[in-house]
Amino acid sequence: MGVTRRDRVLGAAMFGPALLYIVALVGLPLALAFLYSVGDVKVGSVGYHFVGLANFRSVVQSPNFRGALWHSVVFTVSSQVLVIVGAQMLALALRDRFRGRNAVRFLILLPWVAPISVGAIGWKWILDSIYSVINWGLVRLHLVNQFDTPMWLGDPKLAMLSVILVHTWRLLPFSTVIVLAGLTAIPRDIPEAAAVDGAGFWRTHFEIVLPMMRPILNVAVLFGVVFTFTDMTVVYILTRGGPYDSTQVLPSLAFFTGILGSDLAEGAAISVFLVPILAIVAWLMLRVAHRAEVV
Amino acid sequence: MAVVETRGLTKVFKHGEAGAVNDVDLLTQEGEFMVFLGPSGSGKTTLLRMIAGLEEPTRGDVLIAGRVVTQLAPRDRRIAMVFQSYALYPHLSVYKNIAFPLRAQGVPKDQHRQKVEWACGLLGIGDLLARKPRELSGGERQRVALARAIVREPAVFLLDEPLSNLDAKLRASAREELTQFHKRVGTTTIYVTHDQVEAMAMGDRIVVLDKGIVRQVGSPREVYDDPADTFVATFLGAPPMLLMDHGDVLVGFRPETLLPQALAETPAVTLSVRVTGVEYLGSERILYALIERGRFAGQKVIARLPAIYQGAVTEGEVEDLSVAIRHLRFFAKADGKRTEPRELAWE
Repeated sequence: MGVTRRDRVLGAAMFGPALLYIVALVGLPLALAFLYSVGDVKVGSVGYHFVGLANFRSVVQSPNFRGALWHSVVFTVSSQVLVIVGAQMLALALRDRFRGRNAVRFLILLPWVAPISVGAIGWKWILDSIYSVINWGLVRLHLVNQFDTPMWLGDPKLAMLSVILVHTWRLLPFSTVIVLAGLTAIPRDIPEAAAVDGAGFWRTHFEIVLPMMRPILNVAVLFGVVFTFTDMTVVYILTRGGPYDSTQVLPSLAFFTGILGSDLAEGAAISVFLVPILAIVAWLMLRVAHRAEVV
Repeated sequence: MAVVETRGLTKVFKHGEAGAVNDVDLLTQEGEFMVFLGPSGSGKTTLLRMIAGLEEPTRGDVLIAGRVVTQLAPRDRRIAMVFQSYALYPHLSVYKNIAFPLRAQGVPKDQHRQKVEWACGLLGIGDLLARKPRELSGGERQRVALARAIVREPAVFLLDEPLSNLDAKLRASAREELTQFHKRVGTTTIYVTHDQVEAMAMGDRIVVLDKGIVRQVGSPREVYDDPADTFVATFLGAPPMLLMDHGDVLVGFRPETLLPQALAETPAVTLSVRVTGVEYLGSERILYALIERGRFAGQKVIARLPAIYQGAVTEGEVEDLSVAIRHLRFFAKADGKRTEPRELAWE
């Protein structure tokens, strides 16, 4: 049976909404962002003049931008390292059967299914300068002075640490599920053979299990990198980039400059700046995924 | 080299259920090739895994070279194991696969190449060292797995159905190679299989297991010719031993001992049978028949006529076939165990 004309019409009709959706919500804004980044658009302005790379030049020279770029790198790399190490530990713990395993798996997945803004607002209170439950605990344990408690979101170093940890908390469940899938895909015989061959836990894990999981782990890391590099939710809710821009990352800087600061052109230039970097990451991601299929 | 011993070894997977392995007492000899034979679910692999240390026994002990190793990790037992799937490390080259046990056991690095080459030489896979497991055929993978097992000169070899992933033709030659290999290295070997041909061909002794219980331990000849009970009698041999009901005993004989009168030894009993089917297999003919007269009238029998017997056998005809008295085996009907021969009323 060949594809009839009717099938083709039906196919196009089914596919149409998805295409429209992507063009309207992804394609159009992306095209506008490129357009704005080489123009002189402000919120409320009516004309458009092509200005070449002027916006990019201005952005690159700004210390704010350089700071945000550096913060983005720190934020992304640190949270990814923590997520991957944490996900390995959780996945190893959840691989073996024990009583209540399903309940624990459910609890670990919870941060992923809850809206991130809700979770982040919870964290805002947990890290609050006056009502912080962490500080309350530390004071009760006599680990910190009652009148000089850590300002989790007020001290530049601690604020960066806080947004990294909260973002890690948010990504951990997803990575755990991916790592767990990779772990359970390894036939039981292989670690057993390693055990008989004389390898202990660490050697088995680092020389056998991890290399076998590498393709799926790469996908998890690259996904996490792209996701973290382009996301500003945690930063926006917890610190708004502060104190003194110490947690400002590129997406939040683009938002503050372009939307709140009305300089659409410069905001667009900041976000478009990420495109080549993320394109390389995406290319790597696809390549690794492809290789994983071939193996 | 070392002997392996199990004392009252038991594994119960789920509390309250019958054990997968029940009170197994075994003792290998030095350098012996011992085969665990049984149908699937007979507990043979569980038994092997307990000896390897991959499964914790519910009760009982494992001794290797006279030392209790029940509580030791697999790596402290001086064993090597070949898995049914071979369990090669897919991301490592053949060389690195074989050298892995050396690295894990802390053998000085300058000895690795020499030992790997020695193991590969034994198995004839010296030209595969740079390949990855996925680039190997089934037979090559099996050899790499063997080389990885032998490279650190273990006290005991444990093999879990290593030939079951090979095609039939390769399996026969691999069987022969494995036997030769064992003769050369002389390491005590325990081999698990559900294939009775493998067990008979390779084993010095065969342990027949059923439902986690050892039914019989003996040389291939013993378990085949003198089965300890009806399970062993009917599990071994294809077609299996025929069993006929005679009061409180079951009397049995192997199909190849039911022969035309001209070929049978004496004293013998003769049965008149009506042939219901003949299969010509080249090296022999398989005869399906019903006993025509006497006490066992209507009983189905199977005979294997060797190719040297050229006499015509026709479907629907009545033939006289004989079994030598010394080939008859007797089992108590109550528990299936072997009993003393006795006079039978055939008519």
